[in-house]
Amino acid sequence: MDRFVFLTAAGLARGAVLALFALSLVIVWRTARVVNFAQAAMAAAAVYAAFAVTAATGSYWAGLLTGLAAGALLGAAAERGLMRRLPAHAPLPGIIVAIGLVMVLQAGLAIAFGPEHRPMHPPFSERPFVIGGVPVLSPYDLFTLGAAAAVMAVLALLFNRTSLGLQLRAAAFAPETARLLGVRVPRMVTLGWALSVAAASLAALLLVPTELGLNPHAADLLFVNAFAVAVIGGLDSPLGALVAGIGVGLLVSYVTGYASASAAPLAVLALMTLVLLVRPGGLFAAREARTA
Amino acid sequence: MNTPLPPRLSVGGLEVAFGGLTALGGVSFDVADGETVALIGPNGAGKTTVFNAVCGLVKPRKGTVRIAGRPAPARTTGLLKAGVARTLQGLGLFEHLTVLENVLVPLTSLRDPDAIAKAHRTLDDLGLAHFAARPAGTLPYPERKRVALARALATDPRLLLLDEPAGGLGGADIDALADTVRRIAADGRAVLLVEHHVDFVMEVADRIVVLDFGEVIAAGTPEAVQADPAVEAAYLGLEAVGATGTARDGAAEAGGIA
Repeated sequence: MDRFVFLTAAGLARGAVLALFALSLVIVWRTARVVNFAQAAMAAAAVYAAFAVTAATGSYWAGLLTGLAAGALLGAAAERGLMRRLPAHAPLPGIIVAIGLVMVLQAGLAIAFGPEHRPMHPPFSERPFVIGGVPVLSPYDLFTLGAAAAVMAVLALLFNRTSLGLQLRAAAFAPETARLLGVRVPRMVTLGWALSVAAASLAALLLVPTELGLNPHAADLLFVNAFAVAVIGGLDSPLGALVAGIGVGLLVSYVTGYASASAAPLAVLALMTLVLLVRPGGLFAAREARTA
Repeated sequence: MNTPLPPRLSVGGLEVAFGGLTALGGVSFDVADGETVALIGPNGAGKTTVFNAVCGLVKPRKGTVRIAGRPAPARTTGLLKAGVARTLQGLGLFEHLTVLENVLVPLTSLRDPDAIAKAHRTLDDLGLAHFAARPAGTLPYPERKRVALARALATDPRLLLLDEPAGGLGGADIDALADTVRRIAADGRAVLLVEHHVDFVMEVADRIVVLDFGEVIAAGTPEAVQADPAVEAAYLGLEAVGATGTARDGAAEAGGIA
């Protein structure tokens, strides 16, 4: 039972990061109908920016803000500089360009910073609180959970409760109609990319201090799991990203704890396969996505 | 002595070509405030092209589009600010968004500080208040058509372009729509509509402009147009074409005018 409580707590913290990264994939999918395969490399680049600023200033928080800004800028630049120039209504060019961007970014980061793992220190202790003899969440886990939850809440408010959010949603659902109603669709697409990569960068910034350290591939596994989460939840569904993120976080934690760490990725893929067989559009897919 | 105000919409010598195909070959007409003008003609006659040229979606080869005496803005936000709104052929609703959100989209484009109050007022006016929180895609078709109309009306346009407003509607709904359009015009708004439904056009239009092959073949009051031999000839000819099934499927329906 103690083990179960510990694994549940660890799974929640991991799930929050997964949910945030999956949400970033959902945002860019809803905005541009593209799965951004470069999300991990772009997030890693933003984490390097954070790392450099933290190293120079000694402030974790200055690094965190820089990382978010770098992610937003990278997202906007990728959309303006690359994605916008691709033929519309064809999914393949976007995927190929994103994969090309992964290669360029990861090679560039390795050239600039070296391929080795650079340790990043969390701003709070990673020693778990012990409640009733059971180690549960650490202060850093709580920070991770809180930061991910806060950003998801802010994004939910932005999309559902503001004029800008309405324009973003209108532009995402029916760009041609939105344009006729005065929505500046290209601007909304750029903003969607910026928000998406900033959210992915935050997820990577929260994850990296708990792992081996920063390297150009530091967010790759996060992307793979988060992509599975987004597919399980429904690529169109922010709520799906949240629920599936927590679910997959718990699954990974239990499988790692009760079986082995190497079995965890297989368990995630098995779950994704199962969901695709039963509900091809994902658990929280909108109606037309299921029938499409 | 007062100089007369320029018409709300003035289209002069409008020519539009797509590649080698002339879609509009010098179309001219005006719509005054408080007036309802119907553009009719078979499919492919150039009606929607006129709309698109007025909205800046297609660039005319020649000719002018003036809104209240000024050149029509090229950007959609500019058009909204100039008091022009349009509905789309079909529905063009954001099916996932609520009815209220649909109506709010153009208002937020204009950064209207009063957006929510205006949207509610428009929904009230069109009898849609109780649908406000429902996703637009879940409404019955006639109500969805009304949402599309509400979305165009919410920005309080001086010129309203309605693209087949009666399309897909039945008897009682068409009568209600006719009442609404008359009410809109009675508010002093200029209404330009494209429509195949002849009875509806005869009921609401003050003037009718008949297009065929991108040219105005007749214009005038419904009675005058109905009696125009050119219109009769065009439609009789079209009916013969329609009978062989070659194309222009709106002809048979519109042929009822002659």
